[in-house]
Amino acid sequence: MAKLVFLGRLQSVAGEAERTVASGPLETVLAALEPDLSLALLDERVRFALNGTLLGDHGGIVLSPGDELAFLPPVSGG
Amino acid sequence: MIDVRLLDRPFIPGAFIGAFTHAHPGLGGVCTFVGEVRSEDGVEALELSHYAPLTLPGMQALAQRAAGRFDLMGILILHRTGVLHPGEPIVCVSAAATHRRAAFDAVDFAMDHLKSDSWFWKREKRGGEWHWIEPRAEDHADKARWD
Repeated sequence: MAKLVFLGRLQSVAGEAERTVASGPLETVLAALEPDLSLALLDERVRFALNGTLLGDHGGIVLSPGDELAFLPPVSGG
Repeated sequence: MIDVRLLDRPFIPGAFIGAFTHAHPGLGGVCTFVGEVRSEDGVEALELSHYAPLTLPGMQALAQRAAGRFDLMGILILHRTGVLHPGEPIVCVSAAATHRRAAFDAVDFAMDHLKSDSWFWKREKRGGEWHWIEPRAEDHADKARWD
């Protein structure tokens, strides 16, 4: 199993801050989510962080057991 | 001295600034900015969420950049998380230097980057309902001044 973490407004779309999913290719993981959630996660402004490291390239991601993938929408802090 | 903290409960900026100032004997000046939750537009509360693996490390990197770019003796960056109410401090940046210009500029630089570059997400409670706050174009324009 792997963990998805939803930050900011994505948390409201998902209805929870994190979700445990079966590991495997990200496209398979996303296809199993609610369509509006997977659409929101794939917004081009959303950054990904895998196990605490920001990813520059969102292609070819395969989640291994124990991985944590965070979805980071544009920030609004300060 | 670089001191960067995430705080999950209300804080008194003066308590931190006093200690920070005393840690730099011989300084020429200290510049401090304190941001508070505005009481306007019927905002009842504000919630700041963060992502632990990125947020504090990002703030520490920002403090290092500010210390390297300006001639500082030290920099203090405090940022709240969790639920805040109007009038509560949300952010505090203090810079100590031998000359005032470095302290003024370092605080301005750090605030512009905290607003548009740091891993925080904000939502406001108005009329009993929470609303996510979208990034503002002005914040990115402010940050671009330093490029």
